[in-house]
Amino acid sequence: MPEETAKRIAIIAGHGTLDAAYPPFILATAAAAMDMEAAIFFTFYGLEILKKGKIDKLRVSPVANPAMPVKIPNIIAMLPGMTAAATMMMNSWMKKANVPRLRELLETAKELGVRLIACQMTMDVMGIKKEDLIDGIEIGGAATFLEFASKNAITLTF
Amino acid sequence: MSDFNPDVTLDNSGLACPMPIIKTKKAIDGMQVGQVLKMIATDPGSVSDVQAWVNKTGHELLKHETEGSKFIFYIRKAK
Repeated sequence: MPEETAKRIAIIAGHGTLDAAYPPFILATAAAAMDMEAAIFFTFYGLEILKKGKIDKLRVSPVANPAMPVKIPNIIAMLPGMTAAATMMMNSWMKKANVPRLRELLETAKELGVRLIACQMTMDVMGIKKEDLIDGIEIGGAATFLEFASKNAITLTF
Repeated sequence: MSDFNPDVTLDNSGLACPMPIIKTKKAIDGMQVGQVLKMIATDPGSVSDVQAWVNKTGHELLKHETEGSKFIFYIRKAK
């Protein structure tokens, strides 16, 4: 008998920053490549990732981020332009390492059948309408995610 | 020199995780059972990732070799 292993991965994306948006897409696309079913549930600030025109514009904040390779004191990091500078730096590191752009990972996720689920409740809370979000996604609630996750899934939160 | 004659060759040089295994999956999907894929990667993580990928998907890693900075995998489509 082969060892029983998880068939699915169910990921919660709760943050809308560039650095937080990568892991859900990397893991979901890799899982799909491993013949697993994958779903990402976008909630609260994670919905930012699914907004039309946002995928290329997500940013990384240098404020309260002591792990940035270039150390920037918070008092400097809060100045205008510092978030843009940190974002530009991160994008250039990713490009140098040949990491795919988020847009490419999003397209790959769709192509491989990864379910992208926008959380209905937080859309209401944050005043986000269906037409504000990109095509090819689903809208659902906690039960939609849990029903998927309850069937032999690995569950991760970002 | 390799003992295996690849039916398909896929060069993933320069690509970072997770693209080598995603492109490997796509290539294998388009092949017949029993055919051999030669996959070339430069991502050092691909050595453990390809092994993990065959463990999970059930395809067969026939051979793995290193040529300079390139990692070369021969994978037989098993199903």
